[in-house]
Amino acid sequence: MSPDTSLTTATPGAALGRPAASRPDELGLWGFTRAQLGALAVLIVFLVVAPFWLYPVFLMKLLCFALFASAFNLLIGYVGLLSFGHAAYFGMGGYLAGHAAKVWGLPPELSILTGAAVAGGLGAVFGWLAIRRSGIYFAMITLALAQMVYFFCVQAPFTGGEDGIQQIPRGTLLGFIGLQDDMAMYWFVAAIFLAGFLLIHRIVHSPFGQVIKAIRENEPRTTSLGYRTDDYKLVTFILSATLAGVAGGTKSLVFGIATLTDVHWAMSGEVVLMTLVGGLGTVFGPLVGAAVIVTMQNYLAEMGAWVTVIQGAIFVACVLAFRRGIVGEIGNLLRVKL
Amino acid sequence: MDEIFGIPAPLLFGQLLLGLINGAFYAMLSLGLAVIFGLLNIVNLAHGALFMMGAFVAWMLLNYAGLGYWWAMLLSPVIVGLFGMALEKLFISRLYKLDHLYGLLLTFGLALVIEGVFRNYYGSSGLPYRIPDQLQGAWDLGFMFMPVYRGWVVIAALIFCLTTWLVIEKTRLGAYLRAATENAPLVQAFGVNVPRMVTLTYGGGVALAALAGVLAAPIYSVNPQMGTNLIIVVFAVVVIGGMGSILGAVLTGFTLGVVEGLTKVFWPEASATVIFVIMAIVLLARPAGLFGRA
Amino acid sequence: MTGVARRDLLGAAGLAAAASALPGRRARAQARTTIRIGVLTDMSGPYRDATGPGSVVCTQQAAAEFSGRGFNIEVISADHQNKPDVGSNLARQWFDQGVDAIVDIPTSSVALSIAAIAREKNKVFLNSGAATSDLTGAQCSPNTIHWTYDTYMLAKGTGGAITRAGGDTWFFITADYAFGHALERDTANFVRAAGGQVLGAVRYPFPQTTDFSAFVLQAQASRAKVLGMANASTDTVNTIKAAREFGLHRNMRFAALLMGVIDIHALGLELGQGLLLTESFYWDLNDRTRAFTARIRPNNQNRPPAMVPAGCYGATLHYLKAVADMGAERAKASGVEVVQRMKAMPCDDDAFGPGRIREDGRKLHPAYLFQVKTPQESSGTWDYYKVVATTPGEEAFRPLNEGGCAFIRS
Repeated sequence: MSPDTSLTTATPGAALGRPAASRPDELGLWGFTRAQLGALAVLIVFLVVAPFWLYPVFLMKLLCFALFASAFNLLIGYVGLLSFGHAAYFGMGGYLAGHAAKVWGLPPELSILTGAAVAGGLGAVFGWLAIRRSGIYFAMITLALAQMVYFFCVQAPFTGGEDGIQQIPRGTLLGFIGLQDDMAMYWFVAAIFLAGFLLIHRIVHSPFGQVIKAIRENEPRTTSLGYRTDDYKLVTFILSATLAGVAGGTKSLVFGIATLTDVHWAMSGEVVLMTLVGGLGTVFGPLVGAAVIVTMQNYLAEMGAWVTVIQGAIFVACVLAFRRGIVGEIGNLLRVKL
Repeated sequence: MDEIFGIPAPLLFGQLLLGLINGAFYAMLSLGLAVIFGLLNIVNLAHGALFMMGAFVAWMLLNYAGLGYWWAMLLSPVIVGLFGMALEKLFISRLYKLDHLYGLLLTFGLALVIEGVFRNYYGSSGLPYRIPDQLQGAWDLGFMFMPVYRGWVVIAALIFCLTTWLVIEKTRLGAYLRAATENAPLVQAFGVNVPRMVTLTYGGGVALAALAGVLAAPIYSVNPQMGTNLIIVVFAVVVIGGMGSILGAVLTGFTLGVVEGLTKVFWPEASATVIFVIMAIVLLARPAGLFGRA
Repeated sequence: MTGVARRDLLGAAGLAAAASALPGRRARAQARTTIRIGVLTDMSGPYRDATGPGSVVCTQQAAAEFSGRGFNIEVISADHQNKPDVGSNLARQWFDQGVDAIVDIPTSSVALSIAAIAREKNKVFLNSGAATSDLTGAQCSPNTIHWTYDTYMLAKGTGGAITRAGGDTWFFITADYAFGHALERDTANFVRAAGGQVLGAVRYPFPQTTDFSAFVLQAQASRAKVLGMANASTDTVNTIKAAREFGLHRNMRFAALLMGVIDIHALGLELGQGLLLTESFYWDLNDRTRAFTARIRPNNQNRPPAMVPAGCYGATLHYLKAVADMGAERAKASGVEVVQRMKAMPCDDDAFGPGRIREDGRKLHPAYLFQVKTPQESSGTWDYYKVVATTPGEEAFRPLNEGGCAFIRS
């Protein structure tokens, strides 16, 4: 594969995950381009049809990770900040939602909100520290801070240590919809995912979104235009962490467990991989990437020890040859922005 | 019996010395990272995996070729260094024109592959490696019982760090290196083969990691995940020190080792967290790190 | 043997193709009922050597020894990657696709989540690899059998026996998380019950500690007779390495609270000699274990089976006996019934000898306190242990009324 020229740029601060658009945005409904509307229609049809021919629990897992990756993409794809510690927000969201549902007996919607609020708060503190540096320093700082969260979770009594929080009840949505049934839970998860997904899209296409993209392209220039870039970065960081917390909280309700796996740094690596495979800075990329990686983990389970090796190899291949990711490459091929 | 304040002085001295030994590993690893980062602008996330490889190669040399510790000290860095150069040529060199973050992602993938392969062939529980006969035994320092090997680790680490510093600061090669860090095209214009120098630098940084691996093999369990546990702490060390100077990396490494050692006496539960707390404080006060250039 | 292996492969491939596909797709009509056993284990993580491929081999061995009793046996396996969500997803799919029993499951978090799924789907869960005694305590289930060992057994086998043998003052180096705390607390209780004294403990951050010399020095300063290591795998190995380096072995005995023959192999006898540890299986224990080992070795890279794989063998064999006893069709219909039958039948296999399964799902068999041989005593690779003390099966585990298992009280 020859070097990918559209991303090859020697200017400092050149952005990661600049979308591979080659035609100006044709604005359609809600800021979607026509191609994106098409893709959205496909997505909604998929969400409606899929549970009837795919395994619902598997699908819910996929949607949780898709939301997680989309939240992560908000930061890397649109501000150009690579957080290597997003597992902290995902995992803490999961723990708190699980704790709220199991110990406090809160209904599912409030449990997830609790998880999201804690993840957001954590994101505010960590973001405030981390945005002092950018680039690789930012990545290392977020990684180190997330590692502290991991230590905390190993030792804190409420997380149950290596046993995790087990048998979290799914509860009754809004007081009258029982979620014990997988299908009922599925519609709930699908609704959360779609809401999160559209929210992210809305953020990206708002005036706020224009500013964060400007920061990605050229931060000094954005500053000189009078924008307080640090504030914008911090707000995006908090939004991203909150949505990651929503994803984590939802996941812990789906599976009825919240464990150390979700706060481990390997999870931070996985979400980077999902976004990278799908396509950085594309709206649909994280979704596709999450689908690929989650499906792979399921199928590769029979392959035994080679799972990590294969994941690593995909990482290498994506970075070297497919930096646009699956959706980015498709978009490039069709000359549309997805 | 509880050790909160009334710590006997001998125990305190002992722990200070142990902290210095841990610091030696931090220093060697963060030095390698700093050298690589200085010239390549790559955060080498594979550093931990290559440290692990250094230890494994020492074990292989002993078990497959019958070559002992001192040979391993010589050969393992060379072998791992060559492996690193191959990685640089094959993969990393394709990324220099891109955002630095791609380098981080690539080396993360490489680390996963290397660790996975070793786990597959050598299992996860670890392999035995003896302390060489010459370094067996212990000195009685009066205030503590000091194993000879630990003393050797500190001395060896100091020698390697000093040598690296001398090479970079005092030799012609080092001068080219520093010049290329500042302005690669200009150095190339003077007829210096910059790409080759970059490859050699990566090999050198990796060889330092492998050396640390050989030093670690007799005292820590040689297993595929041995590097991962260390590398995240080393990252924090690097953030605290800032990657501006070679000497900064070494000093920060040793200092933080000692700080961590003291924490192990006063509040053992917090000894892993203390470095991260220091990192947060340094970030607030000096975002560029203690020795970094903004 | 190869026939079995090939059939297993086909089974695995078939399931892989069907994975994540239609729920409730029925197996094609067969003349004979097929009992499907899934080995869900750690193939890529830290427990791979102590469980992983060895567990698969031992389960297959049990299946092979029991073939030809009027029903087919299919063994499939997968890697749960130590992730509870991957594990429970796989378990759900397996159960929905006709797997009747899941075996092994190291890692407590994964084991507990799968115990809940097995109960929900009314299948059988034969745990060998997880240490948590909650599986037969607070989180017990009428579908679970906990076969091989648990934290209580380790603490009692090591703490009580060593104290009675004269090691009456202890210092603990403990991994600072729930598992380490539980091991330390339980062991300390047995030490005190046997008339011993705990002189101190130091808790180190887990998992971020590689250097244990600082903690070893504190242990040395305590002048205790026994160093108790309430941690596992690599951490224990590193603790022992540091303790020997600093000369603690001259006046202290080392007690590893969770350590297996694989860890001793990794450590080497020179460093491991004299170490005390508890296991419920060792390949060179008696004629029956040696005969069992001879059957396993050819398929297990010529290594003798470790404790957890041996437990997979014992549990699977006993499960198949119960299935044969009640008929495969009925066994497929209700997991609870099979487990009840397993509890009603006395156990006997080459690896663990005679024993029984208690009402709460706890398998009872003796726990052995081993001492690691010196290099001079050992006749070669894998000749590592000598028996120091034996705790009979009825005493080795937590008494039934102390577990807090819900369905026992009712």
